[in-house]
Amino acid sequence: MKKHILLCISLALLTSCGSDESDPVAYVPTPAQIDTPLIFQQLLPAAVIPEDNPLTEEGIALGKRLFYDTRLSLDNSISCASCHKPQEGFSDNNAVSLGVDGTPGTRNSMPLANLAFNYFGNFNWDGSATTLEEQHEIPITSSIEMHNTFADITTMISADASYPLQFEQAFNVTTVTKTEVTKALAQFVRTMVSGNSKFDKYLLGEATLTPQEQNGLDVFLDETRGDCFHCHGSPTNPLWTDNIFHNNGLDTSFEDRGRGNITGDPNHFGQFKSPSLRNLAYTAPYMHDGRFATLEEVVNHYSEGLVYSDTIDPLMKSIAQGGVHLTENDKQDLIAFLLSLSDPTFINNPAFLPN
Amino acid sequence: MKKATVLALFLVSVLACNSNDDDASTPAIESDVTIKFTQSFDDQPVTASEFSNLDYTNENGEQLSISRLRYLMSDIVLTDVNGIDTVISEYQFVDVGESSGALLEAPIKFEEGDYTLSMRFGFSDADNIDAAYPDLNAATWGVPAPLGGGYHYMQMEGVYINSEDVNTNYQFHTIRAAENPGDDVILTDTSIAVNLGTVSVEGLATTIEVNMNIEEWYKNPNLWDLNDLYTMLMPDHEAQIMMNQNGQNVFTLGDITYISE
Repeated sequence: MKKHILLCISLALLTSCGSDESDPVAYVPTPAQIDTPLIFQQLLPAAVIPEDNPLTEEGIALGKRLFYDTRLSLDNSISCASCHKPQEGFSDNNAVSLGVDGTPGTRNSMPLANLAFNYFGNFNWDGSATTLEEQHEIPITSSIEMHNTFADITTMISADASYPLQFEQAFNVTTVTKTEVTKALAQFVRTMVSGNSKFDKYLLGEATLTPQEQNGLDVFLDETRGDCFHCHGSPTNPLWTDNIFHNNGLDTSFEDRGRGNITGDPNHFGQFKSPSLRNLAYTAPYMHDGRFATLEEVVNHYSEGLVYSDTIDPLMKSIAQGGVHLTENDKQDLIAFLLSLSDPTFINNPAFLPN
Repeated sequence: MKKATVLALFLVSVLACNSNDDDASTPAIESDVTIKFTQSFDDQPVTASEFSNLDYTNENGEQLSISRLRYLMSDIVLTDVNGIDTVISEYQFVDVGESSGALLEAPIKFEEGDYTLSMRFGFSDADNIDAAYPDLNAATWGVPAPLGGGYHYMQMEGVYINSEDVNTNYQFHTIRAAENPGDDVILTDTSIAVNLGTVSVEGLATTIEVNMNIEEWYKNPNLWDLNDLYTMLMPDHEAQIMMNQNGQNVFTLGDITYISE
């Protein structure tokens, strides 16, 4: 009799273990990979994919749906894509982003591209997030952006006809939390890779630069003229950013302390992350506060408009004269080169557009 | 026949094991080895926490700060008394501001004993291959093609007070010296062999400090005047040669510390 009871208990334990940890009927999501451009494969380390959030087809599809879902905002008025519009290089054309009630925020919307290749773990203009998962928490809960709570979002998801199944298939969960929401969004955003510009093709021997673009590249790489490469990379860094923080001589004092807000270090006041120069054709206006409407204004700033402050980056040259005073030809050629870094296939890629 | 051979080999193995096991001598102690890169301005330590303060005065009398300091050491090798080299790392990228790269742990343990430690500031020409190192590409460490490509050796930047009492940015960047930038650029290898002498590896762990004395860049044999040479130094062939000359004694062996148990 005792033996029978023990056998029953053992069977019951085995059965319950099986259902919790290795349910034979649990859905297994399909592993996915980033479509890494050839030029990235040749020049860069592999994309950063966290071990606890591997890419899956189901996770990416779910992230895409969330990205375009206005119900992630407090009043169902805006989605991630409201400030990261595909045709605007997954940025927007406002100087600063507009929140749920139309109130302007404080920063220009950062373009979303190649974030899986940020090896330094600093996202946003000020590096306030150290992972892409963490990054997605900020706009969703910020009072000047989507102004929502994850409690409300997960309630909405639970009540939705199809989200629960999608989350179950992507993450094997029946109760959705902030973790799965941000993981899904991060998976989708990691797939947003831009590496098919005219200049990429030039590097692969598939395109030729115009004389203006070639001279613009020379200006970009010349320490005595543009000297853009120290912060924005060069043909050997196809991200076109160093992903670190600089005070680029915009102001003599700072209403927005940028990186200094995060670290508290006065040496970091007025520092903002170098944005990538990819897709500038679509991402105007420019700078962390969107103060420059055109690339001409940007180039004029570096050429003649630099102003001194205590934390100005030492890479800024000839500050007393406002900059190095490029010739008008060099300015126009530099802009021609910069525009060659834009990638129309990226903003029109169906994988990134709403279904 | 085969069985006999196998048996013979087995017996030899057992005997060999026994012989080792019975050896009365103490097994060699093996030590973890870490190279610790530090920086100073003469006796003042330079770390990220001192960045941007005008704390330093060079040989020419210019007061200056340091707000970015990144450099690359390559061919980091320990050589034992028999002349056998063990490469600790092909290269190490040190970013003082980001507090990264300062500690280099050897991938293997070393037996206790004396070794000589050598390395190179920057890449030698043979290793200075354009676009060859993905991590350095991502760190925007490359040198533009018109200057010969390859990689920087060092980026040291900050502010100095110039002769007109104006705070002025400087960029002390060292690269392979380039003459006639462009398609017909002529290159001179200005990386620096750094031989640090004998180090003793002891105990369970040995940490060897290698210090960069920044002041040396400014004084020996060339007295460096930042008023003349403070910016746009990458395409300045003569400046790069002077940097190479001044860099010969920049790196020295610092403290060696041990953990014995």
